[in-house]
Amino acid sequence: MFLEQLSNGIALGSLYALTAVGYTMVYGIIRLINFAHGDIYMMGAFFAYTAIAYFNLPLVPSFLIGMVCAALLGVFIAKFAYTPVFNAPKINLFLCAIGTAIFLENFAMLVWGPETQSFPTMIKNEIYTFGGFKFTKLQAVILITSILLVLILSYIVKKTKIGRAMRCASQDMVAARLMGINTNKVIFITFALGSSLGAAAGTLVAMYYKAVYPMMGFSAGLKAFVSAVIGGIGSITGAMFGGLIMGIAESLGAAYISSGYRDAIAFIILIIILLFKPTGLFGKTVKEKV
Amino acid sequence: MLKIKNLDVFYGGIHALKGINFEINEGQIVTLIGSNGAGKTTILKVISGIVRQKNGQVLFQGEDISKLPSEKIVELGVIHVPEGRKIFTVLNVEENLLMGAYLRKDKKEIQDDLENIYELFPRLKERKTQMGGTLSGGEQQMLAIGRAMMSKPKLLMLDEPSMGLAPIIVQEIYETITRLNKERNLTVLLVEQNANLALQAAHHAYVIETGEIVLEGSGKELLGDDRVRKAYLGEE
Ligand SMILES: Nc1ncnc2c1ncn2[C@@H]1O[C@H](COP(=O)(O)OP(=O)(O)O)[C@@H](O)[C@H]1O
Ligand SMILES: [Mg+2]
Repeated sequence: MFLEQLSNGIALGSLYALTAVGYTMVYGIIRLINFAHGDIYMMGAFFAYTAIAYFNLPLVPSFLIGMVCAALLGVFIAKFAYTPVFNAPKINLFLCAIGTAIFLENFAMLVWGPETQSFPTMIKNEIYTFGGFKFTKLQAVILITSILLVLILSYIVKKTKIGRAMRCASQDMVAARLMGINTNKVIFITFALGSSLGAAAGTLVAMYYKAVYPMMGFSAGLKAFVSAVIGGIGSITGAMFGGLIMGIAESLGAAYISSGYRDAIAFIILIIILLFKPTGLFGKTVKEKV
Repeated sequence: MLKIKNLDVFYGGIHALKGINFEINEGQIVTLIGSNGAGKTTILKVISGIVRQKNGQVLFQGEDISKLPSEKIVELGVIHVPEGRKIFTVLNVEENLLMGAYLRKDKKEIQDDLENIYELFPRLKERKTQMGGTLSGGEQQMLAIGRAMMSKPKLLMLDEPSMGLAPIIVQEIYETITRLNKERNLTVLLVEQNANLALQAAHHAYVIETGEIVLEGSGKELLGDDRVRKAYLGEE
């Protein structure tokens, strides 16, 4: 029972982690709590769902289509909803993010309908045991996909030129521009990467629970945000650990305390961690992120 | 090489630059001195495209660059070492230097130039894998200059390079600036509150007060000028 809940928690946690990374990257670069991120996650799931259910495409291409469409959507939002107010007071940007979130939810209801759609079963529900550790094939796929995506992202951020530019811009936008970095481009790429990871998480969740619905991004977005804060907002490593901690605590808490407290557990952990480390687990005091 | 014409800049209601005119000839070290809040940094920011003017022009080699985005300005060969150096603390020394070469595509030459910078500042070579934030103030200034040089600039703009540094380090930095100017025919725009050294190093100098150029002349002339001596060299 414990090990079963643990594998559930790890699967869930890696999904929170994927979503949280997108949150934290966008925050790192423009200091925006991107409330629309959860809805990009939802849109990603719907894009993949559409590819599968309407166009009969296989899983992998559909999954990638979801990621690419969400990346484009993320850039589109950044360009048309956020850049126009970049130089206005921060509250305007925040309000634009909330507006975008509401817009996307309603857009999805209009296009796909408000009711929950069942996500086709694409991976057979086989159960593996590994030294007493029981997990399903789907859980393994979720974990491996998440790890793979996070590794790719880490490579981009740490080893490539654009990744270096992202880290510089997130530390000091003006200094980055003085080096000849086109910071607008860097911002768009950050949105594209973050959104595509969000879409990947959204699609995996839809596969896990076999459901897609327009409001699915709301609580997921909130939990991913909490994960990012637990890890230290702006820190990619932090977001990953924050997500895992959240997922595991939530599964174990639901199993051993009460499933009614599922969502409350996230916030209890948040409060406890912030009491001891106000900047989050991997948070640096000021300014340095990503 | 660079010509500023009737530059007016506002920050909201604050009229920070009031019809600034000045010129820098190729191969010269030109200094802009003035006390805190005079508008020196603002001038550099306009040249590098960070702040936009209300009126006026910035001509670089005859071309108006005042509406270009900053990356285009860097590409043309104008580099700005900001006040407070703004080293990337998230990167190590070598990565910081490579950021200076961000727009360059000539990989082989970048490596050569890197060696060049290490020759110029041997201390940076010793510390090349250290994170930028762990360097001393003097080393950070060297890194900031080295990073700027990695862009292969034609015009190097330095905003208060001596700020907060020990006199002996300042001396060293100034020697390097002079050397770069002589050996590589690099044009330098030097912004300083520390007027003495700047005037000694400069071919030509401008004095700015509350957004206006109030005096200009050769470095030597201004060193001998009564008003300058009183206001900027701390003499009675
Ligand atoms: N971002 C800003 N917003 C508002 N006022 C500013 C800003 N930057 C500079 N100023 C004002 O413009 C004037 C010139 O500043 P600055 O160019 O930084 O002077 P200096 O570099 O000579 O010390 C000062 O009065 C300063 O307060
Ligand atoms: Mg200044």
